[in-house]
Amino acid sequence: MTSTILIRGAKVLGGEPQDVLIEGETIARVGTGIEAEGATVVDARGAILLPGLVDLHTHLREPGREDSETVLTGTKAAAVGGFTAVHAMANTFPVADTAGVVEQVWRLGRESGYCDVQPVGAVTVGLEGKQLAELGAMHESAAGVRVFSDDGKCVDDAVIMRRALEYVKAFDGVVAQHAQEPRLTEGAQMNEGVVSAELGLGGWPAVAEESIIARDVLLAAHVGSRVHICHLSTAGSVEIVRWAKSKGWDVTAEVTPHHLLLTDELVRSYNPVYKVNPPLRTEADVLALREALADGTIDCVATDHAPHPHEDKDCEWSAAAMGMVGLETALSVVQHTMVDTGLLDWAQVADRMSFRPAAIGRLEGHGRPVAAGEPANLVLVDPAYRGVVDPAGFASRSRNTPYEGRELPGRVTHTFLRGRATVVDGKLA
Amino acid sequence: MKRHLISAADLSRDDAVLILDTAEEMARVADRPIKKLPTLRGRTVVNLFFEDSTRTRISFEAAAKRLSADVINFSAKGSSVSKGESLKDTALTLEAMGADAVVIRHHASGAPHRLATSGWINGSVVNAGDGTHEHPTQALLDAFTMRRHLAGAPDGGPTHHQGGGDGTGRDLTGRRITIVGDVLHSRVARSNVHLLHTLGAEVTLVAPPTLVPIGVERWPCEVSYDLDSVVPKSDAVMMLRVQRERMNAAFFPTEREYARRYGLDGDRMARMPEHAIVMHPGPMNRGMEITAEVADSRRCTAVEQVANGVSIRMAVLYLLLGGAVLEPAAESAETKAENPNSRTEESK
Repeated sequence: MTSTILIRGAKVLGGEPQDVLIEGETIARVGTGIEAEGATVVDARGAILLPGLVDLHTHLREPGREDSETVLTGTKAAAVGGFTAVHAMANTFPVADTAGVVEQVWRLGRESGYCDVQPVGAVTVGLEGKQLAELGAMHESAAGVRVFSDDGKCVDDAVIMRRALEYVKAFDGVVAQHAQEPRLTEGAQMNEGVVSAELGLGGWPAVAEESIIARDVLLAAHVGSRVHICHLSTAGSVEIVRWAKSKGWDVTAEVTPHHLLLTDELVRSYNPVYKVNPPLRTEADVLALREALADGTIDCVATDHAPHPHEDKDCEWSAAAMGMVGLETALSVVQHTMVDTGLLDWAQVADRMSFRPAAIGRLEGHGRPVAAGEPANLVLVDPAYRGVVDPAGFASRSRNTPYEGRELPGRVTHTFLRGRATVVDGKLA
Repeated sequence: MKRHLISAADLSRDDAVLILDTAEEMARVADRPIKKLPTLRGRTVVNLFFEDSTRTRISFEAAAKRLSADVINFSAKGSSVSKGESLKDTALTLEAMGADAVVIRHHASGAPHRLATSGWINGSVVNAGDGTHEHPTQALLDAFTMRRHLAGAPDGGPTHHQGGGDGTGRDLTGRRITIVGDVLHSRVARSNVHLLHTLGAEVTLVAPPTLVPIGVERWPCEVSYDLDSVVPKSDAVMMLRVQRERMNAAFFPTEREYARRYGLDGDRMARMPEHAIVMHPGPMNRGMEITAEVADSRRCTAVEQVANGVSIRMAVLYLLLGGAVLEPAAESAETKAENPNSRTEESK
C-alpha cells in the first residue's frame, strides 16, 4: 500500500506557502490548493520546507565504539536533526579501510531506516598515512564509496596525498582532508593564541591547518583532481580556499556549526566539552567563516558529530577526548548564526546543508529540488521556535554537546525519508 | 579571601597583601621554640600530588603541620587515565574521607580548576602547580621575598633583609622585576606576571623568542630577547629552570649557547644595581641558567625562598580554611589541654 502525505502551507525553501503531496517515496505534486483524499495531512503553516539535510562528516562510531554511538542511535539523532543522509567517517575500530567494513556500515544504515548512511572509506590502511587502502574495492562494494578520508588524522605525506588525489579520479572520488600538520600540533590542546598563552595549554596554531590546505589545493591543481577540506576553522584557510577557487580549481570546503558560533574564550572554563579538533578559534575566525559560508567560499556545513562517552569528558582537559555531538543542533546553530543574522536565506541553507554536500559526495537521491518526481527526502522546520538545549532528550547515545543550557532558535518538526516520516512533531516516529 | 587558590590572577591587590602580611606573622612563629599554632587542629589537609615534587609537597606538609592540621599525602603519579582511576574518582574518595583542603599538583593545566568547579568536592582547593598554567603559592613566596628585600625600608627604598616584618602592608609599586628563561613552559612565570603586576611591579620577561608563548602581547609585562639590556635596570632578576631536553625540540641550539645568551653569570650579576637580588624557584641547573658563582652568592635568595614558602603556605591555608584567631600555640602541653576550644574540636 502506498502512503499519501499532504504537507499543507509550508514555505518551500523559505518562499511562498505551498502544498506538497507525497505519494509513496516520491513527491507527486507541489502547488497551492492541493486536495488528496485519504492523505495524512501535515499542517505546516509557518514552517520552512527544505530538502532533507545531508551531512558530509559524521562519526557513527560503529563498529568498535558502540558505547558512544551506534549506527542506529546515530541515524536517529540525524533524523531528529533533519538529516536524511549522513557520511559515516572511517575512523572506527576496525578502520573502514576495506570493502568488508564499509559494506557492514552501509548495511547497518539500511537496517536502521532512519537515515541513509553513506560510508566514507579510509585513504590509507589503518589511517596510518603510509599505504593506500583499497580505494577501488571500497568504491565497487555495495557501499559505493566516493568520499575518502583519514579524518581524525591528516594525510600528511605529500606523495601519499598526491597519489590518493590522482587515484580516485578513476571513479570520480574525492579525498576529504583533515588538514593538520602533525609536527606543528604535537601536544596541541587548544587554539594557539592569547588564551592558550594564559591557560598554559599546548597550542594548535592556525598555520598547521593553513599550510596543509595550501599544499593540497596546489596538489589538486597539479594533478587535476578535486579535493575537499574538512572542518575548515581559520580565517587564513578561508583566504587560501578563496584563492584556489578564483583559479578555477576543484576545491570544496566544509565548516562545522560549532566553528560558526563558539570561540576559544570558552576554554577558560577548562571544561572539556569545548575540546574539539580542530579547536575552537577566535572571534575573528568565526566571523570570517560565516562570511565565507555566505559568499560560497565554504561550500557546506558539516557537523563533525563526534560522540564520546561521559567519562571521556568528565575529567581534566588534557585527558579528555576531542569532539562534540552536533547532528541534533546543527540546523538551529545555522539558523542562529547565519539566517537570523541575515547572512543566508533559507534557500541558501538548503544549498549549504543539502544540495552542495550531496553534490560533493556524488550522493544520489539526496540534495534534490523540492519538485514533482523527486525523492521525498524532506524536512520541516519551525523557525519561530525557541528552546533551551537539553542533552537529556538527545536521540544520540552521547551527551557531549557544548550547547547545554543555551537557547537556540528553530526546531525540526518533521523529517521524511523517501516518503516515510522518521520524525513527527519533533519526535522520532 | 576566596574559598580556593587556583590562579594568581584571581587575587586582588588587597588579597595579595593580606596573604603576604599574614605570612610575616607566620614567619615569626618559625622563630619561636615551639613552631606550632593550634588554628587548624582537627582539620584535614590532603596533599594530592600527581607529579613528583618533593620540595613543594614537604613545604605544604610543614605548613599544614605547623598549623596543627592533619596531613594526608596522596601520591598519584602518572596520568589519571593510564592509572585507571579518574581525577573525579580520586576527588570523590578524598571528599568521602573529609578533606577540608586539597593541595593539588597535576601535570595537566586546569586540573585544579576542574577539581574546584566540578562539584566533586566541597573543600578548598589550593593549586600547587598545574601543567604549564600556574603555581600561585610560588609567586606569593617570590613576592614575599622581594618585598622583604625591596620594599622594607621606611622610605620604601631598597634594602637588604632586615628581619621579619619588613614591608608589612606594602606592595611592590615601581619595583622592576626581570624573569628570565623558559616562559613558554613555566607556570612560575605565569603566576608571577599576574601577581607582580597586581602588586604594582613592572615585569620584564627575557627569553629566546622560541620560549615566549604566542599571545604574550596581552600579558601585563614587557618582553625582551636581550638579557644584557635589562639586567642593569632590574631590582630583582628571577632565573627560571630550563630543562636540557628543550634543546632537542629545537627551542635553542645548545646548552652552551643558551647559557651564554640567557644565563646569569658573575659578569652579568655585577652589572645589576647594588641592591638588586637574584632569585630562583629551584631546583637550579647550575651551569645552565645560573652559574655556581651566582647561585652561591650573597645576592641569591634561593634558599631564603624555600623558607619563605612555608610561611606563605601557612598563610594561604590559614586564610582559606578560615582559621579563627591568629594566636601563638600554648606554651606547654598542660595549658593546651586546658583550652576548652581545643578539647571541643578534638571531640568532634
